[in-house]
Amino acid sequence: MKDERSIVYVWEYPVRLTHWLNFLCILVLSVTGFYIGNPFIHAYSSEQFIMGWVRFIHFIAAYLFIMSMIIRLYWSVMGNKYASFKTWFPLSSSDMREVLTELKFYFLISKKPPKIVGHTYLGGLTMLIMFAIFIFEIVSGFALYSVTHSGKIWTVLGGWLLGIMSLPTIRLYHHLFMYAILVFALVHVYIAWYSDVYEKNSLMGSIFSGYKFITGKEQDLKS
Amino acid sequence: MKFTSDDSLDKFAESLESLKKKGISRRDFMKFCTAMAAILSLPASFIPRIAEAVATKKPYLVWLEFQDCAGDTESALRASKPTFAQIVLDVFSLEYHETIMAPSGKSAEKSLQDVVKNQKGNYFAIIEGAIPMKDNGVYCCVGGRSALDIAREVCGNALATIAVGSCATWGGIASAKPNPTGAVSVEKAVPGITVVNLPGCPMNVENLTATIVHYLTFGSLPNMDSHNRPLFAHGKRIHDNCERRSHFDAGQFVRQWGDEGHRKGWCLYEMGCKGPEAFFNCPSVKYNEGTSWPVQGGHGCIACAADHNWDLMTPFYRRLPVVPGFGVESTADKIGAGLAAATAAGILIHGVGRLISPKKKEEGGE
Repeated sequence: MKDERSIVYVWEYPVRLTHWLNFLCILVLSVTGFYIGNPFIHAYSSEQFIMGWVRFIHFIAAYLFIMSMIIRLYWSVMGNKYASFKTWFPLSSSDMREVLTELKFYFLISKKPPKIVGHTYLGGLTMLIMFAIFIFEIVSGFALYSVTHSGKIWTVLGGWLLGIMSLPTIRLYHHLFMYAILVFALVHVYIAWYSDVYEKNSLMGSIFSGYKFITGKEQDLKS
Repeated sequence: MKFTSDDSLDKFAESLESLKKKGISRRDFMKFCTAMAAILSLPASFIPRIAEAVATKKPYLVWLEFQDCAGDTESALRASKPTFAQIVLDVFSLEYHETIMAPSGKSAEKSLQDVVKNQKGNYFAIIEGAIPMKDNGVYCCVGGRSALDIAREVCGNALATIAVGSCATWGGIASAKPNPTGAVSVEKAVPGITVVNLPGCPMNVENLTATIVHYLTFGSLPNMDSHNRPLFAHGKRIHDNCERRSHFDAGQFVRQWGDEGHRKGWCLYEMGCKGPEAFFNCPSVKYNEGTSWPVQGGHGCIACAADHNWDLMTPFYRRLPVVPGFGVESTADKIGAGLAAATAAGILIHGVGRLISPKKKEEGGE
């Protein structure tokens, strides 16, 4: 089989950096957040400070996650065409048709895999949904934080949500969306791995190196 | 003690003399004033001002009960040193209170009318219980008049209305879903009046007395939050002042009623305690002569002072509310775990599905 593949730089370093920061933060936030909601480790002595430390780590990871989000949003304007925020809005009717085609592929209805250099249309839309979820998690997190920390800044960052939802309802959705993120993570890794194996495009490697292999048949974004 | 005038000094002495006859010593009276200063978070230098105000001014109060259980009256009767009877009936002037007043029938209604007419804009209307709005308010009538009608007249002419208990403040259990009588709070039933909300089930009499004492001392109502609750009573979160808080931070939790942790007084967080959601001064002021409060007694907080706690803070014995659209037995974690498992299953099916026919796609020529 002759090798027609060429190499292309897709994910610039801020994209990769924020991807792995997000990975780390989501992992830490999920574990610590789950503990806060359902303390599965029990202290044997009141000298310990388990819940105290877990909450502290949760808050630090949350701040790190917010910084990562800010960098990624900045890069969605400053970065290359694959990092652009434009890829998250496949909302025109032709784009939505592409999303549907891709969905058909993933639900085993069609056998035509999406061939796109950067994010697929469905991938872009998923990123949009994930950003919305992340922003809700950040805002609701600040709303819960504002309950114990006095100051206008917390009200601005999330405390205003208390005017719309009750405190337990905010806690419930803050907790439930963790599962939505977990579901996303499962599908995200599977599709990336599957695409890597199926198309031999080194997609899994690309999030470390930034480079992908392409055959030239892929649809590329206009720069 | 310095007095604002000689007249005030005379009145003060007279008051103390009269209180002494009723069994309240000067010492008891000063202890009461000190306690009030403490509840209002005032420094000790304010105690003389409070003493002068309480001894020399006599506010008029009327206490109305609507859709209630008289629980706040019960709470009021548990005031001690001096008792409600001593301080509130002698120092304050309680003109009307259905449960504890001596007159009945027309003479009782007359005393209410006397206050409303003769002391217009000069009395506190204390309202206990929710006001039903459905069907012209027929679900609660006193003396042939609907609660709504009475509240409009009495609250409308009052200096200020003090809504005591969660029913008067939010609608309470009477307004919990499905709210068959259309019960609402005083604030909603009679819009535009000056209201101080003292929620709680029951409210704490110390906070009621402190609110009135604040008015007597400073001539103004205490600072309030966005729900018109005094900040001195509802400005702090229970969880942050809880006596069991150190067990929370340590990671020591009660997991079952009566288990070792429960016997040792560990944190009730896992048992659904709503202390992290509730704003009240229970941990410091407590109930029944400062004897105890629910968490000290080994039961989680149910956020009785929170807006619509029967609908929004339930289930009381679970950490998180029920996920909308799912049954009461399904917790958020069960649903989340189910979702994740379904996803994993979907991935597995997909992988197998593609494995079965990997060749065809090559032939497809894509």
